Amino acid sequence: MNVQDILNITQGKLITLSADLSREVKGGCGADLMSDVLASIQPEAVLLSGLCNPQVVRTAQMADVAAIILVRGKQPMPQTVQLAEEEGIPLISSPYGMFELCGRLYQAGLRSLEMPVSGDDACTCND
Amino acid sequence: MVTNEPRKNRIISDQQAENITRVEELAYEIKVEEVMTRNAVTIPVTDPMRTALNIFRDMHISGAPVMNGQQMVGILSIEDLIRCMADNDLSAPISKYMTDKVISISHNEPVVEALKFFVNTRHGRLPVLDEQEHLVGILTKGDITRGLLRALQRERQEEELRRYRASHLFDDIESDRTSLILRYNIKARDFTHGGAASSNIKRALMRLGASAQIARRCGIAIYEAEINLIIHTTDGGVLRVEIEPHQISIEAYDYGPGIKDVNLAMQPGYSTASEEVREMGFGAGMGLVNIARCTDYMNLESVYGKGTRLKMKIFLNQEETVGERSTTPKEPAA
Repeated sequence: MNVQDILNITQGKLITLSADLSREVKGGCGADLMSDVLASIQPEAVLLSGLCNPQVVRTAQMADVAAIILVRGKQPMPQTVQLAEEEGIPLISSPYGMFELCGRLYQAGLRSLEMPVSGDDACTCND
Repeated sequence: MVTNEPRKNRIISDQQAENITRVEELAYEIKVEEVMTRNAVTIPVTDPMRTALNIFRDMHISGAPVMNGQQMVGILSIEDLIRCMADNDLSAPISKYMTDKVISISHNEPVVEALKFFVNTRHGRLPVLDEQEHLVGILTKGDITRGLLRALQRERQEEELRRYRASHLFDDIESDRTSLILRYNIKARDFTHGGAASSNIKRALMRLGASAQIARRCGIAIYEAEINLIIHTTDGGVLRVEIEPHQISIEAYDYGPGIKDVNLAMQPGYSTASEEVREMGFGAGMGLVNIARCTDYMNLESVYGKGTRLKMKIFLNQEETVGERSTTPKEPAA
């Protein structure tokens, strides 16, 4: 699934102008608290969030997010859009709510890229 | 690209020539399975031609392999369908109009083999088979063009990155132990610029040739530390990152207010962030937990009323090293 497919499925509006619509999206993650995102998300996911400030883009950049969807038709602050343009992360606004969007994307075959909470796992550097 | 010049005088620039050669090289390097369409649409051999008409129209395709169970027995193209419609014979079985001598290609052949086939025949598609002669996909000229363009684009991005990489930095400077130190002053409550330092550090690491995984782990750890400085400090603080070929050492320090109970602060979900800060998406109480998860070593020291010092380290093994060199021992002391 790529960003264009995501736009179609979510009936989303692309807010950033310079987005690469062919960029592949490997899965999804939904959260409003940025540390929750950083705690759980794996690379190349689409991030669904109700948060509209520039931090959602910063978080996305740190976590190698492929695209951001703002839920419930939210319009981001101008600084958010500008940062997303600079970092080349597609920013999408969809009229649907978080639950509906997760459901639609999951049904369309997008898997979850949220890691379960349990593990002190991720570290692979001590070999 | 040059487009407006008269055709006769058009000279292929060095760069164009280079690209052409590269496309040709790619055609030898890339395998059929990398560019083919998987889950190809197929037609059962026993169906009437009408089915093919519907499938071709609904799926916007102009040909499909014909199957008898798991076995491919032929191929039907739009030309076959036109012949059938001219005969007004849509109720006839597919087998009557299909081509049964099918030329196919193996999934691990280079793309150039398929190109030769398309150039030398009038066929538009090639069924792709695996070692067991099972149909695994279908290949058209469009698939090849798209695949080659994708590969070219990927290479251009990699090339760009390579150019940026200051990866010889550690090679060019002679010393017993070389390191690069980055310092950033972080202002308290400056949420608008929050993350700018982390962003710059992550980018610097990429340019120095750190792997995506290392850059990501550093980025997340430093971002959390930066946000903590913004949320919690009285007068902001400092981020200091020391990059060496074998490790990345990060320090975040400030001069107040300090943490009352460090053990409590380390617990997942615990946060002292205000409601206002939470509304901005912070204060999940996962910051220090995330830092611990992303780093190989973490030490948090705080004196309430004085300040906090958070130390983190990420160790790099031979393959992940920044710069070209990794002369330092593989097992550094923490």
